[in-house]
Amino acid sequence: MPIIAQPVHPPAGALLAKLHAINSERGYLPEEDLRVAADELALPLSLLYSAATFYSAFSFKPRGLHTVQVCMGTACYIRGGDRLLEKLETKLGVKHGETSEDGVFTIDTVHCLGSCSMSPVIRVDEDTYGRFKINRIPRVLNKYRQNEPGEKGPGEQET
Amino acid sequence: MSILYPQRPRIIVGMATCGLAAGADEVFDALREEADRLGFDLTLLATGCIGYCQQEPLVDVRMPDLGRVLYAKMTPERARNLITALSTGKLPAEHALASIPEEDSNTRKRPEHLSAVPLISELPFYTQQHKIVLRNSGLIDPFSIEEYIARDGYQALSRTLLHLSSQDVIDEITQSGLRGRGGGGFPTGKKWGVCSNETGEPKYIICNADEGDPGAYMDRTVLESDPYSVIEGMTIGGYAIGANSGYVYVRNEYPLAIERINRAIARAEECGLLGEEIFGSGFNFSIKVVRGAGAFVCGEETALIASIEGGLGEPRPRPPYPAKNGLWGKPTIINNVKTLASVSAIVSKGARWYSNIGTKGNTGTVVFSLVGKVANTGLVEVPLGLTLKEMIEGIGNGGLAGRRVKAVQTGGPSGGCLPARLFDLPINYEALTQAGSIMGSGGMVVMDEDTCMVDVARYFLNFTMAESCGKCTPCREGTRYMYEILTRIVEGQATPEDVVLLEELAIWVKETSLCGLGQTAPNPVLTTLRYFHDEYDAHIMEKRCPAGVCRALIQLTIDPELCNGCGLCMRECPVGAISGEKKKPHFIDPKMCTQCRTCHDVCPEGAVKIVR
Repeated sequence: MPIIAQPVHPPAGALLAKLHAINSERGYLPEEDLRVAADELALPLSLLYSAATFYSAFSFKPRGLHTVQVCMGTACYIRGGDRLLEKLETKLGVKHGETSEDGVFTIDTVHCLGSCSMSPVIRVDEDTYGRFKINRIPRVLNKYRQNEPGEKGPGEQET
Repeated sequence: MSILYPQRPRIIVGMATCGLAAGADEVFDALREEADRLGFDLTLLATGCIGYCQQEPLVDVRMPDLGRVLYAKMTPERARNLITALSTGKLPAEHALASIPEEDSNTRKRPEHLSAVPLISELPFYTQQHKIVLRNSGLIDPFSIEEYIARDGYQALSRTLLHLSSQDVIDEITQSGLRGRGGGGFPTGKKWGVCSNETGEPKYIICNADEGDPGAYMDRTVLESDPYSVIEGMTIGGYAIGANSGYVYVRNEYPLAIERINRAIARAEECGLLGEEIFGSGFNFSIKVVRGAGAFVCGEETALIASIEGGLGEPRPRPPYPAKNGLWGKPTIINNVKTLASVSAIVSKGARWYSNIGTKGNTGTVVFSLVGKVANTGLVEVPLGLTLKEMIEGIGNGGLAGRRVKAVQTGGPSGGCLPARLFDLPINYEALTQAGSIMGSGGMVVMDEDTCMVDVARYFLNFTMAESCGKCTPCREGTRYMYEILTRIVEGQATPEDVVLLEELAIWVKETSLCGLGQTAPNPVLTTLRYFHDEYDAHIMEKRCPAGVCRALIQLTIDPELCNGCGLCMRECPVGAISGEKKKPHFIDPKMCTQCRTCHDVCPEGAVKIVR
């Protein structure tokens, strides 16, 4: 018998899966949930905190009802993604990483959504909008605001 | 397919993320509703991506006895018209992009009114392509294991488990010449051999689907379009090295890929193709999916392992390599999605078949994402050895209308920008490395005269600076200082000494960083300095941005002769800098203007001019 017990490692990917689960239920990582999770996984709270700040998917701040991700991949960037972001920021009156005052939208940038052939691209929640033209912003936002007529779907057809 | 669907029309809609982004779900709904309304009996399915993203949304129609036709740029209205035509027993010619021959059916003959529709292999986008990794993408229902099997799926695994020893499999892969398709290019068979000889237990195999390079999306496409090819390849790899469990590490930004690979794993388990005693051979294998959380560095194999183990995704020095000391200190193989999808094809068709494709030392095919300022965007799978020119001008059909292609960026943030004058270079690991770039995972972002190369270098440094994990100083601090210098240059504040310092820093970061992220982060700077020095000079000496991109160095004005006063620019200006009466020339207030060029992009008359 070794004098110092060998540590038992948690199952593969357990920490990330736990953080994802809290994040998808709460929209962010509240402190009390992290404390409970640390106990459950038998991991130090400091490790959960490090992971939560290391990975960009997590946030300690409550987020808006909907998340708008503006793709900053190379193809999107050279085809005007930065300008979509700028317009969105002025339209909602907040910078990326922040939530609009009415609590409806959080703006995020993302390094690549992997839809480069459709650049520039934005994603609202799980809906991806490609070949995105700046004048579609109001229609798309309206779609996610309740009781307001918006654009029907992601598609904008080229003829 | 003719056995699976003997007498039923089958329509599949390209619904990978790219298709969905183009509006494929609306097209799908329209097809469904119209077919229901007319009582037209059909099998309607989602498929993945056939690669020709430029033509999305794509609808593939297979009519028994009539043939199989691919329709492009569909809209809900076009979809309804298509159903109307099909319900009267016709394959219409409108919006038909190509006809798809089927190897197993009697539907080869083309009706006369479709004689002008080319075969898919005759389209300039496809003539040079050779599909191995993408063999099923966009052709089958990614949820249907039956369709995968109908196209020769699982022949490789049955051959492996029933007729081959693990050494036979390793020999087969070694002889095929397959090299790691994640970008490293290390011979796959050799890597497996090392791991196979290790005595540590248990062993693991990991599929790296943390496709972080901006501009690359082939791993997402394969997982969304043909997940069983990856599962089969992993199972073969597990058998070869002696591992009974595997992990697929998928990046967080790919929710659809995560959903589809999970569903495919569950289905394979249901069919006994994962789990215990596969094919009654005594071999057990299981696969779990780990979802990443948005950290580019986790694509580096040691960081990826750390992330699965449950810590921070920080890399560690190699050696020891994971093949000896990987997940939880055990022998571990990490292969890219495309490598594993190639494995299943190689074991099924043989090493000799694969090694006859491509060139010596660079056998087989590589998948590229051809994107950016190019006419045909999409996924392209070609034998190694094609030139950049054949890729960009042939398959890509050149630049956007009226614009001159200036450069291509390969290999993501670790790669470099190659100028148009080098487009005769063959695409292979060595030629691209010699030119200062890398092949990387296969991203090819085309840039034209409206792209500023200094701005592009700064864009990449911003990326690597943000994604540097911070563990080693050269990468953490070096990328930040390089970014600051590049910022001074694009703002017109730099001196000639800054470029000297930039180059010194670049070499220092390259030589002293801990992992691949830092070691390659300076490549975009070094290649733009090497090939586009004139652009650096223009920014520094003349305070001018030749491409008209860098905000501090340009001004925007409206040509009153061309402006018709439509008001579009006024409406879209994010800062309200434009004023003017309806139907009269508008005016930009230079004090308020942020030079974002939105007005320039939206003006239908080309009246907004960039003064460089």
